[in-house]
Amino acid sequence: MTHVILDNLTKIYAGTDVPAVKDFSLDIPSGRLIAFLGPSGCGKTTTLKMLAGLINPTKGQIKFDGDDVSSVPPEKRGAVMVFQNYLLFPYMSVGDNVGFGLKMRGVDKKIIKQKVDEMLDLVKLPHIGNRKPSQLSGGQQQRVALARALITNPRLLLLDEPLSNLDAHLRDEMRELILTIQKELKVTTVFVTHDQEEAVLLADDIALMFDGVLQQYAHPVEFYSRPISERAARFFGGMNFIPANRQGQSLSTPVGELKFDAQNNQNAPSGEVQLTIRPEQIQLNSDKTHNNVQGTVRSRIYVGTYTRYKIMLGDYEIEAVRSADAFDAINEGETVSVHLPEDRLWVVPLDGTRKTLTS
Amino acid sequence: MQNEQSTIKTILHRTAVAILILALLSPLIGFFINAFAFRWFYPQLIPQEITMRAWENVADPNSKVIEALINSSVLAVSVTIISIIIGLPAARALGLHQFRGKTIVEFLVLAPTIIPGIAIAIGLNINFLRWGLAGTIFGVGLVHLVPVMPYVVLTLSGVFANYNPEFEQQARTLGAGPLRTFINVTLPSVFPGIVVAGLFAFLVSWSQYILTFLIGGGRVITLPVLLFSTASGGNNANTAAMSLVFIAPAILILILTSRFLSGNSAAIGGFGKV
Repeated sequence: MTHVILDNLTKIYAGTDVPAVKDFSLDIPSGRLIAFLGPSGCGKTTTLKMLAGLINPTKGQIKFDGDDVSSVPPEKRGAVMVFQNYLLFPYMSVGDNVGFGLKMRGVDKKIIKQKVDEMLDLVKLPHIGNRKPSQLSGGQQQRVALARALITNPRLLLLDEPLSNLDAHLRDEMRELILTIQKELKVTTVFVTHDQEEAVLLADDIALMFDGVLQQYAHPVEFYSRPISERAARFFGGMNFIPANRQGQSLSTPVGELKFDAQNNQNAPSGEVQLTIRPEQIQLNSDKTHNNVQGTVRSRIYVGTYTRYKIMLGDYEIEAVRSADAFDAINEGETVSVHLPEDRLWVVPLDGTRKTLTS
Repeated sequence: MQNEQSTIKTILHRTAVAILILALLSPLIGFFINAFAFRWFYPQLIPQEITMRAWENVADPNSKVIEALINSSVLAVSVTIISIIIGLPAARALGLHQFRGKTIVEFLVLAPTIIPGIAIAIGLNINFLRWGLAGTIFGVGLVHLVPVMPYVVLTLSGVFANYNPEFEQQARTLGAGPLRTFINVTLPSVFPGIVVAGLFAFLVSWSQYILTFLIGGGRVITLPVLLFSTASGGNNANTAAMSLVFIAPAILILILTSRFLSGNSAAIGGFGKV
């Protein structure tokens, strides 16, 4: 239940010129579950460790409920981190591991024992307090690590790649557990991941990072429909790209002139841009009279609930999907009219010329 | 067939162990008999008469055996503790971090095992005389650290090479300050290594003769120093009794720490089971 603010957080490691994290500013409302998403080496774990107090920022501030905690040591900060490889102390029993945080705070032994049992119940692992961590499976160790973090009633919970060491079915289970517990305890939580699907499934909001710089901080849906850059769009995948030149309401593209509804996209860049549209928003053989382009169907894949088409618009291949109940069959090699709805078109700056967008 | 084979195996195994133990213990048996023998001449297999005279000599303050035992113990224990205190941070740095000039530092740490102790002692003696350290137990302890440190740093840096410092970060975020983290996380993780390093330190200091003799200048009497002069005196019974006094603590400590030397321990791989 802590309102966390990152203010121009910058980290330059000794002996390097390029900042690992640069001018990172973020406002995390109390009780939210936030994902730091990005490819490996983008600075997300560095930022997480700065929040924990394990790495000192070169510049910038971290505020918990308005108080600057940048120079508060980790043991007094109340930001508990769960590491990727769980790090249960091997020479302690599971119960002693979970109770560690309270023992360090000098809490009475009886109360610790009672709280440990409560926490193990919470993570659905009752009656294993006497075992050694080496006797537990990976998934169980992860849950014990979570219990050990939560017992201290942290102001901020930090999870480093919480699902990456688990196999698929355990991952679903663990994701559910994290979600349930996080909503129940309302503890402000930040987790780090390189997997956009994991971020979308788990997070209230996603902070997307590339090369130590925050790209976009928004609700998961935004990243699919309103990506801020070509790189962000490509990171989430499933997007079509066509280069275009935008002048006001009109887009000239190699596949033809298109109308563009700027209402949706008021901060859209002008001039040389990249036009994007999601496959599910493209309409085939529609009765619309404008924004239609002729294309040739290259391939058709039936995926049960929908059909996926690859269509050549001139030199550009795009992907479109169509609900399986569309009754008019479109076959490979056929010419088809492709409608690109003006209010679904989205433009981003060309990569490399990444202009700053104020959203 | 299989039973027969395993029986042969067991017999072979037991014979080998018996030979090994006999080889290790036989010199001690000689000491043992000598320490209690009064008259023991060829061709008798056992002494004609048993006496406690040699042990009376050990207990006699004039023989200085008790004084030497105390000196040796104080020296070995303090040198062990100090070497661990100095060696732990050094080993941590060598085991965990890469830094400029690391190879040189590693070589310097090893140097005392290459350079003969007598060369070090003679060089240091002049300075120790100037500083008033020669002939003091403090000076002797200081010079004992020279051969001890390589063993301690090498053993511990091996332990730190397999150590994950993120455990300490984990403890910090859970609310443990630097001192509590050291006591509750770092120490238990490297404890087996500390025991093994301490064992080396103790034994190297305990059996040090040349350095003690040169720096102590005859004023700091330890068991090895006393043993040398008694052995050249020619009284076999006294030498044997003193030898037993010298060996007993070392064996006792070895037995107490043996479980940390075994292959199961996290401290050092490759020693096999003892």
